[in-house]
Parts: sequence; structure tokens; C-alpha cells
Amino acid sequence: MNEWRYRIGEHRQTLLAFIVFLLMFVIYVSNHPAGFNANVVTTAANKGVLLALVAMAQTIVVLTAGIDLSVGMVFILTNCLASWIVVGSLGMTALGVIGVLLTGSLCGALNGLIVIYGRLQPIVTTIATGAIYFGLALALRPVPGGDVNSTLADSLTGQLPGGIPASLVALFIVVLVIWVPFRRSEIGRAVYAAGSSEIAAYMSGVPIRRAKLVAYSLSGLLASMGGLFLTFITYSGEASAANGGTYTLYSIAAVVLGGVSLFGGAGSAIGAIFGALMFRTIGDLLFVFDLEPLWQPLFQGIVLLVAVSLGSVRLFRIRNRLDLFG
Amino acid sequence: MAFFEMKGVFKHFGGVSALQNASLNVEAGRVHAILGENGAGKSTLIKIMAGVVMPDEGRMIMEGREVQFASPASANQAGIACIFQELSLLPDLSVADNIAISNPPKRFGLIDRRAQRRIAEEALARAGGQDIHPLTPVKDLPLSRRQIVEIAKALARSPRILILDEATSALAAADVDKIYTVLKRLRSEGLALLYISHRMQEIAELADECTVFRNGRNVATYKAGTKSDNEVVELMIGREYSHVFPPKPSVVPSERTPVLEARELSWTNRLKNISLKVNAGEVVGLGGLDGQGQRELLLALFGVLRGVSGEISIDGKHESVTSPHLAKSPGIGMALIPEDRKTEGLMLPMSVRHNLSFAALGRLSRLGVIDRASEDAAVDDVIHLLSIRTDGTNNPVGALSGGNQQKVLIAKWLMVTPRIILLNDPTRGIDVGTKQELYQLLRKLADSGAAILFYSTDYAELIGCCDRVLVLYDGAVKQELIGPDITEHALVSSALNITSKTEEAGAKLAIGA
Amino acid sequence: MSRLARSLVRHIDPAVAIAFGCIAALLFLGSLYSTSFVSPAFLLQQLKVASFLGVIATGAMIVILLGQIDLSVPWVVAVGGMMSTAVASWWGPVGGIIAIPFGILCGVALGLVSGFGVAYLRIPSMIVTLAVNAVAQGLMVVHTGGFSPQDASSQAMRFLATGNSLLGIPNALLVWGVVGAAATFLLSRTTFGRAVYGIGNSERAVYLSGVKLQRVVLLAFALSGGLSAFGGVLLAGYASKAAQGMGDAYLLPSIAAVVLGGTSILGGRGNYLGTVAGVILITLLQSILSVMQIEESGRQIIYGVVIILMLLLYGREGLVH
Repeated sequence: MNEWRYRIGEHRQTLLAFIVFLLMFVIYVSNHPAGFNANVVTTAANKGVLLALVAMAQTIVVLTAGIDLSVGMVFILTNCLASWIVVGSLGMTALGVIGVLLTGSLCGALNGLIVIYGRLQPIVTTIATGAIYFGLALALRPVPGGDVNSTLADSLTGQLPGGIPASLVALFIVVLVIWVPFRRSEIGRAVYAAGSSEIAAYMSGVPIRRAKLVAYSLSGLLASMGGLFLTFITYSGEASAANGGTYTLYSIAAVVLGGVSLFGGAGSAIGAIFGALMFRTIGDLLFVFDLEPLWQPLFQGIVLLVAVSLGSVRLFRIRNRLDLFG
Repeated sequence: MAFFEMKGVFKHFGGVSALQNASLNVEAGRVHAILGENGAGKSTLIKIMAGVVMPDEGRMIMEGREVQFASPASANQAGIACIFQELSLLPDLSVADNIAISNPPKRFGLIDRRAQRRIAEEALARAGGQDIHPLTPVKDLPLSRRQIVEIAKALARSPRILILDEATSALAAADVDKIYTVLKRLRSEGLALLYISHRMQEIAELADECTVFRNGRNVATYKAGTKSDNEVVELMIGREYSHVFPPKPSVVPSERTPVLEARELSWTNRLKNISLKVNAGEVVGLGGLDGQGQRELLLALFGVLRGVSGEISIDGKHESVTSPHLAKSPGIGMALIPEDRKTEGLMLPMSVRHNLSFAALGRLSRLGVIDRASEDAAVDDVIHLLSIRTDGTNNPVGALSGGNQQKVLIAKWLMVTPRIILLNDPTRGIDVGTKQELYQLLRKLADSGAAILFYSTDYAELIGCCDRVLVLYDGAVKQELIGPDITEHALVSSALNITSKTEEAGAKLAIGA
Repeated sequence: MSRLARSLVRHIDPAVAIAFGCIAALLFLGSLYSTSFVSPAFLLQQLKVASFLGVIATGAMIVILLGQIDLSVPWVVAVGGMMSTAVASWWGPVGGIIAIPFGILCGVALGLVSGFGVAYLRIPSMIVTLAVNAVAQGLMVVHTGGFSPQDASSQAMRFLATGNSLLGIPNALLVWGVVGAAATFLLSRTTFGRAVYGIGNSERAVYLSGVKLQRVVLLAFALSGGLSAFGGVLLAGYASKAAQGMGDAYLLPSIAAVVLGGTSILGGRGNYLGTVAGVILITLLQSILSVMQIEESGRQIIYGVVIILMLLLYGREGLVH
């Protein structure tokens, strides 16, 4: 029994995000049985997976107590790149995919290098590199267009036998292949350690710089997976600044809803995935309350505002007011 | 030949000499206690052993071979593990993660959580923390349990020398007993234990050898139990002082209403029923070892702490001070010179002028607009009053010397003309000349009617400056020393909570003679 | 002489000097390309365009000086534009006048929400302003019904944004001048300004000095909201109407302008002159790149690279260990 309490406690935030998402989902489905068919679910899942990938990317940087305001732009850049090179024969396509993922990782690594060795604040660094990545995207796709290997695209955005959205399975594989090993590796723990307390991590001999570089690079990799997936959904590339900005902002929202601490060191990318799915479902929930779709963004905003305010409950426990102030 | 030896170690920090020709021999299978008053050089010594600080001069020999530690990691490698007062745990990670952080067991390149857990459980068991679940996040543990995790973390590195710096100061009595058992077992396993504690009864219970430090030098090493507490205190005192203190007024016990009076102040487990009175014109000292609640007491008086029970009266009138803003208001007129001038007192990148006028802006402005002429005049006044040496008041305060920074901090509060001045160890890390100026200033302020409550870790200052001294131990006032009773002997023995009537009588006799 | 020079050098923030140096260099490079770059007409036009960013960056600067950040700029700008045009069309001639203060007040209200979250609930400003941005967006979607707003800006708004006054100086520039003078006064001559710098350096020290810092933070965010909305009002006047994404292009440039002007992103350091330099620099950079017919893509890349390089020159943090 006791054992389970600790096991659950370890993943409390993630579980909470999962339960809230499940609740929303159940309310949604039970009120709209008609709207619940395989096609609708697949479309919803694809949208959710897009944000989930970008939110995972954001999570890994946030764990180091940093922030990445360029994830959305890496997402857009790799989308544009994929609309050029993920085409043709099987071999060509495979090379293209590798090229896209490598580009994303390099973008992330560049952010990391500037933050670590240039000693610039993550927030301004990624604002500036975001402009660079967007510029590159625009150079690749001055106007929307391009193509993608449709066999691959359809197989990843469609349904598996039994109506299961293929995108969810793909997301599951990404978690299994990237997140789980990362979480359980020494470098992954170093990322948590550096975000939790940089000084204590230093005293304990944790390789802080290496951990941060890995975190930023992985973040770029995950963002590029998002970009790739966007290409599979739209069959094209589009250098849309608005899209990039929106995904950056939504990724932070998903991270917060998923229980990842913005102060670093605590939380899980799996939590952020549910945060992303939650954020997507909030909008759809409005149908349940028979509100006009127009109210959807406002509703999303208010839910986000309330969710972030809940964290202030901890203030009541503070006995020394100096602890309120950095 | 000793297992570990330090010889002729010197260390200076700036102009201050922390260690002067110190040496130490540590034997395997023994508990070696290190004693000394605040600033005697104990902390520097162990920091050198642990690779945190490099000595200026001196040799370290381990098992007959000369060693040098450039970092905590290299000291670790050599088998020296240190448990510092400031915790080095990662708050968001689990106990098991923390224990295995520097060398986790791996399988297929990933951390083997099962093996890690086994290591953690073993280490916890050795450290007496069997009841701590390895999956608990460290931040959820109370301080005393964290200390045990620290010990387990050190043990997991299988050290040959274990250094404990005030490792029991945060522990409850039951935990302390557990630690004793653990330490005794470690000793029987052949570990060398270096133990720093201010609790004399702990040392009596645990130590095999004791070394007393004074003025950065080891002055005596003896077998535990061969000296009385009184003899130990005699060894610890006798620092060399070169300060000149202003003469104290012949104390007239006043019957007036005290300017500041506190009754039965308590806060969490850090302050226990503290009552005190400070009269106008009086300098009252707070003594005791560092970290016995002095800082919290000052913060409680200044309205920073939440949930303080007890009463505070100003001029005999009950006041509830709930914020520094209220505390400095003219009706109360309180000022606090905080401990850490770099983060709590001053804004280093801001100019001397802006720092000086910061607390007093309310009275130097009208409708929120600063009257620059009166600001300049007031700033010039205090700069002159405290003879602050600066190239220009527009330069950042961070460019000043430590002593001048401290003067700016005090001057900043003098600008609000406080009637009650609380000082938290204001002379730490500043030069002798400035110290003396500050002593003069304190007396001058008192003479002009201020009530001063002065915490210092330097006993000489308490003796030289204060009319009365309250000695704190474990969050409570243990003793009040008045006038001629404020002696180094009395301060040290009451700080160590050794209260023996005969000793006190003896001390008084000695003074009388 | 050299002593005077040295004392001058000491009193001018190197970052501000570098920013102004870059402006001169840009103008020089531009003049090599075409002499029209240094013509008064071109420069005035640049300053007019810079005014909108200048007003918005003023609010961003106050918040950054606190050591916080305001990510709600995009939709607070849009709120300012949309609410002012709405009032202008609802209430006829009266609305035309009160449109401007009304738009600003809507921004102040949103700023108060952010400020309350940061000051009293101690939520990181990055998140709470993000949420307020989402709420503002939601409100505007409801307000416009999801279509692009049809209301036209009022005469007064157009006058402020596009008109010229004495000596042909654009009114927008005069507005920025007034806002900038007020901000300079506020930051350097009032207790509020001192507290803002103090909080950016050390919240603890400010609190222990007996300053009511939570009120200062609240007010600073309200100011930032109001100024963003004012920027929106001006932009709506400039374009004759408001638009859904009208604020999107102002978040990053406003932060970049403030930081390039030597204000520390960690708070507590910076002066308004630097922000002026940063705003002009960014505007000039953008328009020179566009006049040189460099593609938008190239402009973005150069823009990002320049910011990184300038920050590496003088914006580095101290070493931690």
C-alpha cells in the first residue's frame, strides 16, 4: 500500500493532468455520442498530437529552468523543410526525414550553445533565434506550397485497423523511444538536477553544461517531429509567423496545465502531453455547454488563467514573508 | 603516523586571516571533535579538507602520501566526504536519486532504478533512516530527515573520512540519538570521523579526541573527558583584540518605559518565548552561537515573519507590526540593518545616492515626486555624518569597499531617523577601521536617545559595545548579562549552554579581584 | 579634455552608446546605397513609424525593469485598437473623442489582471501575461464575432496617428515624445520609478526597506497594459481600422528594442534613452532591409543575428561559479 502511495506521488502531477483530461473527454463523449466517430476522433487526435509534440519540446527546456520561445519557429521551419525533402522514393523520403530531424536538433543545439556558452538569458536568446528560424522558413517557402510523400503521410495521420488513430500510436512510440530513455538516463537526471538547484547540482558533481545542451537539442528534435507531422497533415509547408507564435504560446500553456514546474526540475513530458490534449479538448467542451464556438478562445483563456492561479495556494504556507520575494 | 594529517596551513580571505599555521591529525576508527568559538577557523579548515577552498600554504598527507584537492569531486575520490550545514541536496529529486547522484548504477546505459534503490536503502539504513522511503522527493522531508539523507548520500560514496559540520544542529533529540548510534557504528567500522558541534554534551558523549581552535590556530588537543567544561572554555577564549571601544556611560538602571518591549515571542520552532526590553539610550546585545534564532528574532520584531505569537510594545503601547512598512512608520520608528547587505540591504548596481535615500523617499517627496534638492541635502548630511568614502554619489554602491557599503546601509536607515535600531551582525567581513567607526556611531546614536538591539557573532564587540547582552540558545534567551558581567567567559559558556553556578561565581570573583 | 571625455564615457551607458553607434552605422550604410536615406523626409517617416513601437516598448521597458516580462502585448494592442474603434462608431462624435481614453483604459484593466497575478499571487509573469493574452484574444473574438472588425477609427485617432503639426513634425512622433518624457520623469524623478529599479535589483531589499512593492508591481503592469493599448489605438488610427492580428508584430520587437537599448532582461538596469535608441535601431533595421529589397526571409535572419551579436557584446550574465 505504502509503496503505491510513493509510486503515485512520484507521478502525481502527470496523473492529475491525465485524470482531468479523461474527465473532460468523458464529458465530451457522453454528451455527444453522435460526434464521436472514428473520423472525428482521428482529426482531433492529429491536432492534439501536433501540440503534444511541441509541448514535449518545451517541457525539456523548461525542466532546466529555461524557456524556449523559438519552439514554434523550429516547428514552422521544419514544416517548410519537410515540404521540400520528404518526397520521392522510399530511400529519398527516409533521407528527407533524417534531414528534417537533424535540422531541428541543430536549431535546438544552437539555442543551447548560445545560452550556455554565450551566457545570454534563454528568453531573449530564443526570441532572436526564433526570428532566424522563421527567416529560414520563409526563404524555403515564400508562399505556401510543396508536397510530401503521401503514402507515409496518410499512414501516420490515418487510422489503424479498429479505428485507432495512427498519430496516437506514433506519439506513443516517440515517448517510448525518446522520453522514457531520456528520463531514465544519467544525463536526463542531470537535466532535472540542474533545473532543481544549480548550486546543489554543482556541489554533487553533475555535468550541468552537457545536460543543458542535450536538453536544448532534444527540444529541437521534438519540435521538428511536430513540424514533420504538420507536413503530413497539410501535405504542404507554410511559413506562417502567426502559427509559430501560437504554437509557442500554446506549448507553454500545455506545459503549465501538464504540471511541469516553470521553475525547473519537476514535471514530465507525459504530463505536458496530457496538458496539450486538455488544452485542445477545452475548446471542444464548449459544445457540451451549448455555447457558441465563438466563445471558445475566451473559455480557453479563462481556464488557463484559473489554472495558473491555483498554484498560489502555496503562498498560505509561507511563514517568513522574505520567502515571498526572490 | 596519523591516517590523515594537515600541517602548517595558512589561509587568508582578503585582509582577514582565517587560518594561521593550523595543523590537525586524524586517526581511523576515532571520532575527533573540533571546538572553537565563532570565527576561530573551524569551517575554513574543513572546507580545505573537502576541496571547497584551496589553502594558501600548508600540506595535507593521507596515509603517508601528500594530497591536494582542487574540487569537492577530487576530495571525494580520495575518500573524504563532507556534510555541510548548507544542504547540497536537490529538492525536486527523490531520496534515492539524491543518494546516487554522483555515481548511479547503470544497466544498458540507463540508470538501474532497482539497483539504485537498493543502494539508497542500504545507505539510509547505515545512516539510521530506515523509515525514509527512497522515492520521497527531498523537498517533502522535514529538515531533520534531510540531514539524514545527507549523511546517507555521503556514506553511499564509501568514504574513509567523514566530516560532519554541525550535522545535528537541525535535529530533534530522538534523531540525535539515532545519529549517535550510527556514528559509533561507523567508528567501529574503521571510519575516521571529524565532528564539529557546539553542543558540549554531544562531544562528551561521542568524541575520542578533541582539538580546540582559536584565532585560526589549533591551541590544544586532548583526550576527550580529560578536561572540564570550564577548562575547555578557558582554552577557547583569549582571542587577541585590537579594537578600541568607546567608553560606556556609567549605567543608570532606568525605570522609564522601555522604547521597545517584547513579551513571549514565539515563532514556529525557531523562537521560544522570548521577552526583552530595550530602553532609550541603551545598546542591548544579542549573543550566542550563530543560528540560535537571533536573525529570526530581529525579523519578527521588524514585522517580516508570519504567525508570530506574543506581544510587541513601543513606548509601552501595544503595537502589531505586520510589515517593514509599518515598522518604519513614524509612530514606531524602527530600522533593521539586515544580515546580507548584498541581497537584503543594498541594491548593488544602483547608485550610492539612490541607495541612501531609498527607505526615506516617502519624506523626501511630495505626491510621489522626489524633491531632489532635499534628497541631495539629506544624502550629503549622512555621507558627512558617517564619513562614507566614495568617488561620487552617482557611482554604483557595488563599487565601494565592504566597509563603506556597510556604512551606506546604516546611513540609509539613519535617514529615516529611527528610534529603534536593529542590527544583524553589521561588522561581518569589514575592515578594522570601519568597525571602530561603527562602534563610535552606535554609542553616539544611543546617547542621542535611540534604542539599539545589536546582534554580533564577535564576542569582543558584545563586551565592548553593549550595556546588556541576551544570550540565545536554541531559540530561547538562556541568560542575560549586565554591565561588568559581560565577559568572554560568561558569553562563551552561556552560548554553549553550560550553566554551572560555581563557575559563574568563580568568574565574578575573578573579575572582582 | 581627456578627463572630460573620460567622465562622459563613464556617464553614458556603453549599451546606449553602442545602440546609437549602430544607428549611425546603419544610416551610413544606407546612404551608400541611396542618398535618400539621410533625407529629412525619410528620417521623419522612420521616426513616425518608430513612434508606435516606441509607445508599446515604453510599457515593455517598465515591466522589464522590474525583472518581469509582459507577453500579453499582442492582444492588448489589438484590444486597444478594436475597443477604441468600436466606441468611435457606437457613440458618434462623442465616441470619437472618448475612444482614445476608453481604448487605453481597456488595456489598463487587462494590465491590472496581470499585475495582480504577479504581485499578489506571485505567478511568474511569463505565464500570467500569457493567460491574459489568451483572455484578451477570447474577448476580442467574441466582440468581433470572429470577423475582421468593420468599425473605422475616429477623426481624433487618425489625427494623432497620421497628422502633422508644426514644422511638419508627425503627430505620432509628438505623442511618443510626450509618452517618453512622461516615462523618463516617472522613472527618474518619482518614488514609483525608484521602486521599479529597486525591485528589479532585489525584491528583498525593497521589501525590507519598507516599500509597498506589490502596489508598485501592480501599477507597473497596469501602465504596460495601458501603453500597449495606446499603441493599438494609434495603429488603428494609422490604418483607419483595427485588425485581428494587429499586435502580433509588436511583441518581439518591443522586447528586443528594450534589451538592445541596454536594459537588463533581469531587471533593475537601463534608462529610457536606451529604449529610444533600441526602438529607432529596430525600426531602421527593418526598413533599410526592406528598402534594399532584401526578402522578408533575409530580413528576419539578419534581424535575429544582429540581436544575438549585440547581446553577446554587452548583455552577458556574470559567471555563476
